[in-house]
Amino acid sequence: MRCAHKTFERKELFMAAIDQSKIRNFCIIAHIDHGKSTLADRIIEKTGLLTSREMQAQVLDNMDLERERGITIKAQTVRIIYNAKDGNEYILNLIDTPGHVDFNYEVSRSLAACDGAVLVVDAAQGIEAQTLANVYLALDHDLDVFPVINKIDLPSADPERVKNEIEDVIGIEAQDAPLISAKNGIGIEDVLEAVVEKIPAPKGSPDNPLQALIFDSLYDSYKGVIVFCRIMEGRVAKGTQIRMMATGATAEVVEVGYFGPGRFIPCDELSAGMVGYLTASIKNVKDTAVGDTVTDAANPCAQPLPGYKKVHSMVYCGIYPADGAKYPDLRDALEKLKLNDASLNYEPETSIALGFGFRCGFLGLLHLEIIQERLEREYNLDLVTTAPGVIYKVHKTDGEVIELTNPSNLPDPAQIAYMEEPVVSAEIMVTTEFIGSIMQLCQERRGRYISTEYIEASRALLKYELPLNEIIYDFFDALKSRSRGYASFDYELKGYEQSRLVKLDILINHEEVDALSFIVHADSAYERGRKMCEKLKDEIPRHLFEIPIQAAVSGRIIARETVRALRKDVLAKCYGGDITRKKKLLEKQKEGKKRMRQIGSVEIPQSAFMSVLKLDDK
Amino acid sequence: MKSLSIYIHIPFCVRKCLYCDFLSFSVRDNYVNQNAVGKMKKYVDSLCREIRSSAAAYKEYQVLSIFFGGGTPTLLPAGEIGRVMEAVCDNYQMADDAEITIEMNPETASGEKLEEYITHGINRLSIGLQSTDDDELRRIGRIHDYSTFLRAYRMAREEGFRNINIDLMAALPGQSVESYRHTLARAAALKPEHISAYSLILEEGTPLYERREEFCFPTEDEDRDMYEFTGEYLAACGYHRYEISNYARSVVPDAGPAVAGCGSAARALYNGAALYECRHNKVYWQRGNYVGFGLGASSMVENVRWTNPADMEQYRLYAERAEAPARSVQRLTLHEQMEEYMFLGLRMMCGVEEERFAEQFGRPMTEVYGEVIERLCAQGLLVREDNTPAWDDNTPVRDGRKAAKGGGRLRLSKRGIDISNYVMSQFLFDETE
Repeated sequence: MRCAHKTFERKELFMAAIDQSKIRNFCIIAHIDHGKSTLADRIIEKTGLLTSREMQAQVLDNMDLERERGITIKAQTVRIIYNAKDGNEYILNLIDTPGHVDFNYEVSRSLAACDGAVLVVDAAQGIEAQTLANVYLALDHDLDVFPVINKIDLPSADPERVKNEIEDVIGIEAQDAPLISAKNGIGIEDVLEAVVEKIPAPKGSPDNPLQALIFDSLYDSYKGVIVFCRIMEGRVAKGTQIRMMATGATAEVVEVGYFGPGRFIPCDELSAGMVGYLTASIKNVKDTAVGDTVTDAANPCAQPLPGYKKVHSMVYCGIYPADGAKYPDLRDALEKLKLNDASLNYEPETSIALGFGFRCGFLGLLHLEIIQERLEREYNLDLVTTAPGVIYKVHKTDGEVIELTNPSNLPDPAQIAYMEEPVVSAEIMVTTEFIGSIMQLCQERRGRYISTEYIEASRALLKYELPLNEIIYDFFDALKSRSRGYASFDYELKGYEQSRLVKLDILINHEEVDALSFIVHADSAYERGRKMCEKLKDEIPRHLFEIPIQAAVSGRIIARETVRALRKDVLAKCYGGDITRKKKLLEKQKEGKKRMRQIGSVEIPQSAFMSVLKLDDK
Repeated sequence: MKSLSIYIHIPFCVRKCLYCDFLSFSVRDNYVNQNAVGKMKKYVDSLCREIRSSAAAYKEYQVLSIFFGGGTPTLLPAGEIGRVMEAVCDNYQMADDAEITIEMNPETASGEKLEEYITHGINRLSIGLQSTDDDELRRIGRIHDYSTFLRAYRMAREEGFRNINIDLMAALPGQSVESYRHTLARAAALKPEHISAYSLILEEGTPLYERREEFCFPTEDEDRDMYEFTGEYLAACGYHRYEISNYARSVVPDAGPAVAGCGSAARALYNGAALYECRHNKVYWQRGNYVGFGLGASSMVENVRWTNPADMEQYRLYAERAEAPARSVQRLTLHEQMEEYMFLGLRMMCGVEEERFAEQFGRPMTEVYGEVIERLCAQGLLVREDNTPAWDDNTPVRDGRKAAKGGGRLRLSKRGIDISNYVMSQFLFDETE
């Protein structure tokens, strides 16, 4: 009740006058762990929207998953009020953005709704690979970027060095960058002053026809689709008949409002320059594509906004319900997730081993993991995931080109002229002492060396071209362990290159398991096959009979392990007091079997399909 | 008259063995001090009260066996076991030839106690030897050594015990196949009437489990070699395996020695080889009625299972109540009874009988489990025999009857024993059925 009352007061306050020149739409960009979310929390706290007692750490990281992993996955938005030193009251719309390279697309969407960006750089670590990637993204969107230097209270902080680094490497003015500690609330006011001063007020006129960019959306079972939008031109209010310019869907607006921390606050109208949400009893999630332009059906704008370039999935894998009966649930869950994650693609597929499921496309392996965890937690699904792969281009002898996302669909080798695989341009920032081991890693992953640029005496930017399929497995982990966590990494798709690729099949008890097949470079086939067999040997329980596990390329066996026949599974003792417990044990044993996948006469636990996803280097 | 077996739990030990997950309290080295003695006497008070107040429910039953288990029942101060025996004998109808067993730790044996047991009709002794290798004993936290065991064993024979079991363990940490053979040979040379040889089970929560990384355990193959050797060696010494881990000295009827507690009636009933098979334990596997007295003791009477409180204070309150208290009672459904019949019965080498199954459940075994049985037989895990006696023509008589004519019996094959958990789990019904 107290909250509602407070909200009401503030709403009245704004009704008096919404002066477009007193609005600032901005985001915070940073390399992961440089303190972006903490700064966002402090800003919200400072502007008094929440007292620190009400404040839960990292207000903007809504999902449990985000809190646990300490990362931001989804863009989050909050509207705050700031009384600046110039005596004016400003409305600041803060749009929090994800930090991980996998989520560049999310960042890009958020940036399009902003007029400027605060660049947070760690006072000790300085510029990292994603700092650069995010700055370039922001500059691409014509945003004004100003830096703040965070964590200045760390003993290892060196703000002067970092300032110079920012000026040298990025080329933006940094001498008057606020020096702050978001964690300890130092210098937050300086950041807010800088936002007011350095970020331009939105342009656009409320009197023009409505033109609003959809930058996100989510589904609410009561209100239907909630559309997050930035009003570029015009105004929208309850009762406005709107039209989505790309999908052509029309609807009558039921509610408009803005974003309180963790909740929606209705208001009467959104006008040019504002960031907020609208609902219009839209039931079909497909009607509101992120990136589409909303306009007034009665008085449409001439042109849609440029929107976003279509995002391409880079990594594919099969996702199957552990319990085949949950297939419709999985389909519904994917549809809901897709709603505010345009980068998620999926289509139905069938596996001999796993039954009915979906081939899903992701931006990267982290994205895959996040989606998988969200499906399991938020939708309570038990999943089996197959080995992730990239999209290969298969050139057939008859001239046809197939885009291969599922290894099982690879045509007969006799029909294949050649194959191509995606290659990325990678930038790795690393302290000089680890250059050797990182270069070795890239070499092992079939990397092509491009250049080394020294940012300062002790740090360098390594540039490599790497096959995407070499980095989707455990490249991040390997990078971390070989640089003791000091290397940072960013990449973008460069294009396709011809490569000697083969399909590696896994045979369990002489039967091919389609869900375990994958495409691999001919030179790594043996190594991968051997590791797969070793891993599977540990995962497959011993049966009554001996089970050979084989890896094969084009029908030729290249590696083999054997799961020995079970020799002992007996309880030596069973007396009067043991019977109930003993029966439970037998039940568990029988139940365990049910959760297995039957391949021929072999029962394979679901964990076996998952375990081969992570074939650790060492 | 219906039959009943009684289990009596004594939850005290000098020290808990590292592998033990039974309900038992260590009274440490001070078990002789007044405090511990008082505690044990108080427990026996509760126990006797429970035994007496339960008697009314078993008016129609005759007690065929009693088993004192633990813990270490022989740790109780002199006179206490006598009190319990009196409580039973005064209130229950005892069969003349009842088998009455007490478990003994060699360290706690004394002539005085053994005499007391004999006086009160206890006629079977089960001694926990585990191994004759003192290093192996120390590693599993046993308090005795081999020479202590030998003294106790001889003392028991001198006091007149004619039916003695020796408990052995295989797959102990640091044990080799060779040292196990040595243990088995030494034990068999003493000619006990019964030998139990268990493969160590590492139970979660026991110190041995927690410290399992510190020890070197025999491999699975070695474990099975030990098991195989046990059967072969003991057979050569005149023992037969009648349950997965239990071996009894086979007896030719007329040449058999006189056994205390086994009068002429018992002789008539238990003709032949089965004489020394532990009647009490067979009740568990054949699903006979048994009632457990004492802390955390389990019972099954007429297809109802229950367990006493496992907390000492709660048990005391429960035992002192005159009327039957509310207990966690599980009434077994017909399906549950069938499941138990199969997985308990198959533990015995004579297996399960089709006719008895049909008799008990009103449906032929082949109708209920036909598909499972066929599959397990085809896999070589079960053996189906057409009314063939268990090992020779001296088919044991159960409940006064010769084994049924007509209809077959099913037993585990050699391989079936090794992976009996798998075999037994196949006889469980799916919840939905």
